[in-house]
Amino acid sequence: MRQDIGDGRGDGMRDKPTGDAALLLLADSRLPAGGHAHSGGAEEAVRLGTITGPEDLARFLRGRLATAGLVTAALAAAACELATATADHPAGPYGQADGDGNPPDAGTGAGTGADPAHPWRRLDAEADARTASPAQREASRVQGRLLLRTARRIWPSTVLDTLARAVPEGAHHPIALGAAAASAGCDPYQAAMAAAYISVTGPATAAVRLLGLDPVTVHRLLADLAPALNDAAHAACASLIDDVVPNGPAQNGAIQNGATHDGIAQNSAIQNGAPANGAAAKARGSGWPALPGHTAPALDLLAEGHLNNPMKLFVS
Amino acid sequence: MTTPPSSPAASRASVTARAVITTEAAGGRTRLETLRSDPPLTLRQTGPGLVHLVSTGAGPLGGDRLELVIDVGPGTDLEVRSVASTLVLPGSSPGDSVMMVDARVGAGASLRFSPEPTVLAAGCSHRMAVRLSLAEDATVLWREEIVFGRHGERPGRCRTRFDATVAGWPLLRQELLIGDPAVDASPAVYGDARCVGSTLIAGPAWDAERDQKGERRATIGDGWATLPLAGPGVLASALAQDTVELRARLERAESMADVYATSWQEKTELAVPQRTPAVDAGP
Repeated sequence: MRQDIGDGRGDGMRDKPTGDAALLLLADSRLPAGGHAHSGGAEEAVRLGTITGPEDLARFLRGRLATAGLVTAALAAAACELATATADHPAGPYGQADGDGNPPDAGTGAGTGADPAHPWRRLDAEADARTASPAQREASRVQGRLLLRTARRIWPSTVLDTLARAVPEGAHHPIALGAAAASAGCDPYQAAMAAAYISVTGPATAAVRLLGLDPVTVHRLLADLAPALNDAAHAACASLIDDVVPNGPAQNGAIQNGATHDGIAQNSAIQNGAPANGAAAKARGSGWPALPGHTAPALDLLAEGHLNNPMKLFVS
Repeated sequence: MTTPPSSPAASRASVTARAVITTEAAGGRTRLETLRSDPPLTLRQTGPGLVHLVSTGAGPLGGDRLELVIDVGPGTDLEVRSVASTLVLPGSSPGDSVMMVDARVGAGASLRFSPEPTVLAAGCSHRMAVRLSLAEDATVLWREEIVFGRHGERPGRCRTRFDATVAGWPLLRQELLIGDPAVDASPAVYGDARCVGSTLIAGPAWDAERDQKGERRATIGDGWATLPLAGPGVLASALAQDTVELRARLERAESMADVYATSWQEKTELAVPQRTPAVDAGP
């Protein structure tokens, strides 16, 4: 099994029965990838007094999940899907995907011989465009770099090597997470779930330590978020399915892909579907621009304020 | 696209309207090549390269579908403002009100888009989408201010999507949800603010080449931040209790964009390491 995954060329990774266990390993806070050092804005919110107890924390987590959590879930799902497709076809059709314009170095070649690093740079740029705060970009890249380094030792694959080469400064965390998830044997839905889960468990644990909250009370808050976590992972995958619809929502995200955020999206195609054939894969890459971009202005302010605070326990 | 009135909130039937502004260079000056509009979305030229949006009718109301197309031709300069804030209301139609803006800014051209705030009245259900496509050396200032309800009022629902690209490469993609129980009053999203605003300032002066570690630091103040993007631009962002405070904070954050442009320019010319502005502790 390890060899199958290791060479990154096994067909239909998502059919392997390892997905569930791999998901647990990937989302476990004990995964040695440095995630415990980040509070996702919670430390600064505690310092400023906007989180003082479980009620504030619950609202903080719910808002974080609906914004940054959803965005990272969608990016992780897209990265997992890309990793799975390119593991099957290392020089696949992603190299020529065109986005909503004409990236300067896109459109060269007819698929064969295209640089496999190029689609990773494009997807990483989509993460950049959804992260206005430089402090958050830096925190995301630091975590992505550490995760990728760890994942390449635990679940070695050519896809992870390609990603490391494509983004030498460190891929954004959700991109690294999605690629690691694919190499571990997870499908895009599981990658999205891991991203959504991590987006709230990190800040929750940080708040326990910073405020001395009762850990059971805080875990109750996380349990209350379970349906919202499911919704976020479903919505993240629905945004990928929209991508494969020709002339889909790529034109005007907010106007046309209303179903994306309604929670009860159909994700069967992602969970059951075979890796895309050529035509669908092309369309899917071109749909990345329309992935969710929910922003949280307060998190931006918190991240930048945190950077300027010399007295801190967490990196971000 | 009319709908029979079924609710007392309706003051008129829903409409579909489209307005277009295009510019072209004529003898080194900007000429408005096209200025076409439909009520309630009316455009008036108020100066050289200056156009005002004039609301000639209530709304947008539920069911309305308004579209604004702006095409700033190569080498031309355009400024778009509005005479008053936009009040989004529920309408007779059960559908959302929709406002779409599609703007292209050509090579060497500049666009300044700074309308008055959009106010989300109680019960409204509104969607806004902006697609801003910039040529590589185009310059833009794009301001968006949203007010969560009239005085003492809880806002209706609103979703916005903003997509800016430079030569096809993504620069900024942002969505805002307002009136959603998951994000309302979340300390992670708006906190206790009643207004949110952001201004994208982009162009070659904020080139991404200088996004070196530690050099593209943000500047923050009370309720505002100036955020250097990964690409050639900065985002001024603000939260506030009212529109006056919002505009003051946003303008403060916008003014930092010039400081960045100057300081990065010097850095490139002198190749001397120098820190970008630190925290502004002022109000």
